[in-house]
Amino acid sequence: MSITLAEIKRGEKGIIADVSSIHIPLKLLEMGCLPGNSVELVQVAPFADPMYLNINGSHLAIRKETAIHILIEISNE
Amino acid sequence: MSKQINVALIGNPNTGKTSVFNALTGLNQKVGNYPGITVEKKEGICKLPRGVKAHIIDLPGTYSLNASSLDENVVIELLLNKNDKDFPDVAVVVSDVENLKRNLLLFTQIKDLQIPTILVINMADRMTYKGISLNIPYLEEQLETKIALISTRKNQGISDLKDLITNYKELSTKPCLNASEIDMDYFDNLRKAFPNQLLYKLWLVITQDVNFGKTDRNEIDAVADFKTKSKADLKRLQQKETIKRYQFINDTLKKGQKIDLSTAKDLRIKFDRVLTHKVWGYLIFGIILLTIFQAIYDWSSVPMDFIDSLFASFSEWTKNTMPEGAFTNLIAEGIIPGLGGIVIFIPQIAFLFLFISVLEESGYMSRVVFLMDRIMRRFGLSGKSVVPLISGTACAIPAIMATRNIESWKERLITILVTPFTTCSARLPVYLIIIALVIPEGRILGLSYQALTLMLLYLIGFGAAVGSAYILNKILKIKSKTFFVVEMPNYKLPLFKNVALTVLEKTKSFVFGAGKIILAISIILWFLASYGPGNDFNNAEAIVTEQYASQNIPDEDLQQHIASYKLEHSFIGITGRAIEPVIRPLGYDWKIGIAIVSSFAAREVFVGTLATIYSVGSDEEETIKNRMAGEVNPILGGPLFNFASGISLLLFYAFAMQCMSTLAIVKRETNSWKWPMLQLIIMSSFAYLVALIAYQLLK
Repeated sequence: MSITLAEIKRGEKGIIADVSSIHIPLKLLEMGCLPGNSVELVQVAPFADPMYLNINGSHLAIRKETAIHILIEISNE
Repeated sequence: MSKQINVALIGNPNTGKTSVFNALTGLNQKVGNYPGITVEKKEGICKLPRGVKAHIIDLPGTYSLNASSLDENVVIELLLNKNDKDFPDVAVVVSDVENLKRNLLLFTQIKDLQIPTILVINMADRMTYKGISLNIPYLEEQLETKIALISTRKNQGISDLKDLITNYKELSTKPCLNASEIDMDYFDNLRKAFPNQLLYKLWLVITQDVNFGKTDRNEIDAVADFKTKSKADLKRLQQKETIKRYQFINDTLKKGQKIDLSTAKDLRIKFDRVLTHKVWGYLIFGIILLTIFQAIYDWSSVPMDFIDSLFASFSEWTKNTMPEGAFTNLIAEGIIPGLGGIVIFIPQIAFLFLFISVLEESGYMSRVVFLMDRIMRRFGLSGKSVVPLISGTACAIPAIMATRNIESWKERLITILVTPFTTCSARLPVYLIIIALVIPEGRILGLSYQALTLMLLYLIGFGAAVGSAYILNKILKIKSKTFFVVEMPNYKLPLFKNVALTVLEKTKSFVFGAGKIILAISIILWFLASYGPGNDFNNAEAIVTEQYASQNIPDEDLQQHIASYKLEHSFIGITGRAIEPVIRPLGYDWKIGIAIVSSFAAREVFVGTLATIYSVGSDEEETIKNRMAGEVNPILGGPLFNFASGISLLLFYAFAMQCMSTLAIVKRETNSWKWPMLQLIIMSSFAYLVALIAYQLLK
């Protein structure tokens, strides 16, 4: 099942399925936010925004408004 | 002397690149600026085996060669310009063993420029702890490079790195990625048009946003004809390129790196669970701030008192030792007190920079950015604005430069405009001396009233910054893409050497930068205060003696009266009294007026100015503070620095825009005089208004 990254819950893991390259800056892609890579929600700030993620081993925080442009598949672990 | 080897240190942020730089160069380093721009340029000399020397440049941290800020642009401009005198003979890419995959992306890009490249894998001491094992020979073979596995923390591997630099000529320059794979047809065309050019280099030039600076592009000017691809197409290709690079990296690491998660320990999660918690996170942040202010106040009071009395007796000693005359007076009354006014604040400024650099080195600052983003956004700022606002407590200039990593122009502009409200270290001298004069000693809950007042002033500064940001956010109609990515680095114990070097460097530049202005102003002020036009000044002695002729006053007092009469009729006295009507409603006399006017050059001049003016008028060996406490309000009587005028002055300095260097930097970063002029006018009139209200209510 595909959901946007904005909907991931804490502790859940997923695989990035698609990124909308118009909305996602190159910098984020270069930090590893690419289809096929793993993603996990580490921590959320109050109001669930921004999101503290582990993408492909890189720890970074992005805003929810960016996360909605990234599609992921939740992997069952 | 043999030829120097030019070495460029390149790496992602948070890889310990600066530690490597410090380990290689030690104290043989200097910090300047790249010509024409305000990006910090760090370079140093490193002695290599066999008498060879390396000239090392520490380039700004970047995640890739696709620049998205002025700082990152410096990296690509240097690497593309073979004629630059700093063009590296060898590039040293610094990576962090825990983020090798991401760090290698930049490595492959640099290697593809066919510059001899050494890979440094830093923080090797954490490998066992993280369950990582590396097959170095395999990685060297796949990446066609030499690898130095080092730990700056344990001081291991640095000499291996030096050996590799010495033998840089043995390095392969074979690229990692065949650029043509990105788009066969397109690159075929490029190759035909520029048979002698490196394809990847052409590709970089084509895809760069050229708005940042002037790349040396004579060779590639013709490329303009080749922009047959739309921006969206180019970006799609860049994405494809990135994917290809990661494929190569993943294949390489599959065999070259093993991570045993069962033995890996992760403190990050434990720390973050508390430090980024919705309640504890903010509470801890608050406590950290409170501790910093209390410490700045308490720890530095002893060295400050010492410096103050040292300068007072030095001034006295000069007077007694050197032959009497104008020159001695200039030194004893102009230069020494003026310099004393700046040296006295070294302890506090050093402590402030110490705390800021510890917060940044430890990785905690990113957590603050994360915690504050949502709140700051409500005010039109970004979580990343917190870093400028906090480092603005040291100095607005580096703080404004630190806004460069804010991705949205509107958020960045607002941050630039409001940062000068935060209490910078130049305000500290003014605050401290006035607090010491008008706020009573005593403690509540272990915190001194004086420290609390200082804390309150910092809060007022932040409040003004955030409040004006909120207004600006409503007024400014700027459409810009908002976007926010922040790396959350691992927690690290700050390296003593890094912190010490930062504190040393920043304090030095503060003292010398401000010192020059203060010295110049002190000399000018002394002249203006020691000479005057007309009869009143030149015959002061006769006039005053006659005035007091009927009263039988001691000679000492008479001399005092003569001196102050002279001061009042000197050039500075005349100027001061001309502006007095404007500042009298704020509770100041003309001497404070002069200090305020001269501190539009830089705030910290205030204390030095008063020190100079007061010492011209007295013979006694006295500390600055005692002199100020002794001043009497010429109209109302009573001490000039009382609660009302003190608070009014504090508020004036909290809000007024009094720093020419900041205005210059704002002009540079916003590329227009409009914004710095707005800052100057709005902030200063607001300051006047608030100070006026405060004095009128409190007097």
